[in-house]
Amino acid sequence: MPTLPAPEVAREWLATMMLIRRFEERAGEMYARAKIGGFLHLSIGEEATIVGSARALRESDYLISTYRSHGHALVRGTPPESVMAELFGRVDGCSHGRGGSMHMFDGSRRFMGGYGIVGGNLPIAAGLALACDYKGSDDLTLCTFGDGASNQGTFGETLNLAALWQLPVLFMVINNQFGMGTALRRHSAVTDLQRKGESLGVPGMRCDGMDVLDTHGVVCEAIRRVREDRRPLLIEAVTYRFRGHSMADPEQYRSREEVERWQARDPIPAFGNKLVAEGALDESELAQLDAQASARVDEAVAFAESSPFPKPESLYDNVYVLDQDVPGWYSLHTTDQDHIPSRDQEASQAGEIPRQMSDAVRLGEEAS
Amino acid sequence: MAAMRYRDALNAALREELQRDERVFLMGEDIGVFGGAFKVTAGLLDEFGEKRVRDTPISENTIVGMGVGAAMAGLRPVVELMTINFSLLAFDQIVNHAAHIHYMFGGQVTVPLVLRMPQGAGHQLGPTHSHCLEAMFMHVPGLLVAAPGTPADAKGLLKTAIRDENPVVFIEHESLYGISGEVPEEEEALVGFGRARVAREGSDVTVVGISRMARTAERAAETLAAEHGVHAEVIDPRTLRPLDLDTVLASVASTNHCVIVEEGWPHGGVGANLAALISEQAFDDLDAPVQRVSGADAPMPYSKPLEDAAYPHEAQVVQAALAVLGQSQGPPAGPGGGS
Ligand SMILES: Cc1ncc(C[n+]2csc(CCOP(=O)(O)OP(=O)(O)O)c2C)c(N)n1
Repeated sequence: MPTLPAPEVAREWLATMMLIRRFEERAGEMYARAKIGGFLHLSIGEEATIVGSARALRESDYLISTYRSHGHALVRGTPPESVMAELFGRVDGCSHGRGGSMHMFDGSRRFMGGYGIVGGNLPIAAGLALACDYKGSDDLTLCTFGDGASNQGTFGETLNLAALWQLPVLFMVINNQFGMGTALRRHSAVTDLQRKGESLGVPGMRCDGMDVLDTHGVVCEAIRRVREDRRPLLIEAVTYRFRGHSMADPEQYRSREEVERWQARDPIPAFGNKLVAEGALDESELAQLDAQASARVDEAVAFAESSPFPKPESLYDNVYVLDQDVPGWYSLHTTDQDHIPSRDQEASQAGEIPRQMSDAVRLGEEAS
Repeated sequence: MAAMRYRDALNAALREELQRDERVFLMGEDIGVFGGAFKVTAGLLDEFGEKRVRDTPISENTIVGMGVGAAMAGLRPVVELMTINFSLLAFDQIVNHAAHIHYMFGGQVTVPLVLRMPQGAGHQLGPTHSHCLEAMFMHVPGLLVAAPGTPADAKGLLKTAIRDENPVVFIEHESLYGISGEVPEEEEALVGFGRARVAREGSDVTVVGISRMARTAERAAETLAAEHGVHAEVIDPRTLRPLDLDTVLASVASTNHCVIVEEGWPHGGVGANLAALISEQAFDDLDAPVQRVSGADAPMPYSKPLEDAAYPHEAQVVQAALAVLGQSQGPPAGPGGGS
């Protein structure tokens, strides 16, 4: 059994799990009030997998995850304000309103993104790891994905390549028991997911994803090995998502009892109570940490509300990295006149042609 | 200037850029020990070693995705896909990831990745190995698309592609690898993107040809001049994004007639797009509808006579030019027919 970290460290882990929980609960409410559009995938119940693993990283290590990634941005220190603003589609969002819930990003904190394509982040993770090796740094990449993603072609391709090229990447399959509504045993022939990389040369480990201490302990050990041996590993974090797959999920694929059984192991009270039992915290501090998390989320919502929507003129920003010296049309549409030499001509002609046509129609009518 | 084959011009561009920038490295199936399926990367493994020239497993989507990740982390990967048809296995990483990451993450990160791939029919490789798919890539905002038609452009454009901050789909042509042409020897002889090449000047009809079809168009222009007294201006856009529409429009403004030649499929193709742009922007300059000559709207067949019939040759271009000028009866025969 891993021992508790120093009290201030333990408190920070708990506070971060609470922040992620309160943040996502509020995001769910904001979704119901139509402040947030699109899909919203919550990781409620899975917070220990997020905090336990990310706290085993150094700041210079890369973290890359999926469309279920609000917590991954928060755990790396992206302000809740900019994560909430992204959900609200505002200009101050961490992806400036271009990504939304599924596509969070904070390059400055080496959170290399949430990705909407199941399995799409695995090759990118291996590429990040390749770059670490190439530059001679001993940084590594932690790549999280779901149990469902382990059936994608990229899983086999990437694990093989990472093992073959000895890349410093830690794959972490968040086994929350379902890929949308399809239970693990109904989507994967091998349900012992930690073993799914063995034939590809990637040994596996398992952690209790409902226990932040255990997750942290196992991930630390895995990271030590990946960093020293320059070999990939696969960790299976066994956990459960308490909410639906996304907000529109009637959850017909599981029973109320099953959900309650897992909720009894909720990682946040479990860890909070442990800290109280060990004397690292008292009950009132526990309540205070939670109140602080809620207050921070209030601020995030207020900030997101007040942040403006991106201007329509910014629609074409960052489609390309534009180069002043390159003539020609990058895009047929742009709001930046400078880069598109044909544009002025087009703008004048665009007005010109319809006008000529309407003139012709009018003249024709007058003639008849 | 030195005479160089298209293949060797590409090889020289890769060598020079590998020498110039430590961050540049190559990845692809059989590009190292084997020297590349079309021998474009021959000798580079010996010269630069396994760190810079990497043989990969047959995992297209993942190779491209690793290129994306490495580019995001500051390297400049050049990934070779053995043929353009195999790029279809990597469409997820090319379109959903490489093309969109810069935009999707609000401009915080760039993806300076080059994807090299050859295309084209003529070797009886049938429907899984012979297509021309420029239009599929050209369709995607966020990608740049280059399709060099000469050895000089192959070298100059590839060097530019490697130095660009955007993901570039770099489309080579299998039938061009062996052709020779004059290539500038200076290392900094780059060919900028977004600048069309006027391969031949003429005043009667504008013929736009891309990739191998630029050559076909040039040969057709010679026949048109010699046998029909028709002076065709031949334009090779060289890059489809960015597109040098100005040069095409200026030519159409003086010739008032236009033929577009491509090897790919006509429906939603390069010619369809260009014809739309010309009609939107230069309708009054046209004396006749734009004519397209394209590959047949069918999968590429194996049998030689069928394959020959399925992509454009000089004769169809000549016919199309005469048709657009009103000097022949009916639309030109052959693949793609008239527009
Ligand atoms: C390539 C692709 N196919 C399908 C989907 C639709 N989809 C989104 S999430 C999901 C389930 C994925 O399950 P899992 O990998 O276990 O992750 P979890 O949602 O449980 O976190 C599916 C099928 C998608 N986004 N991408």
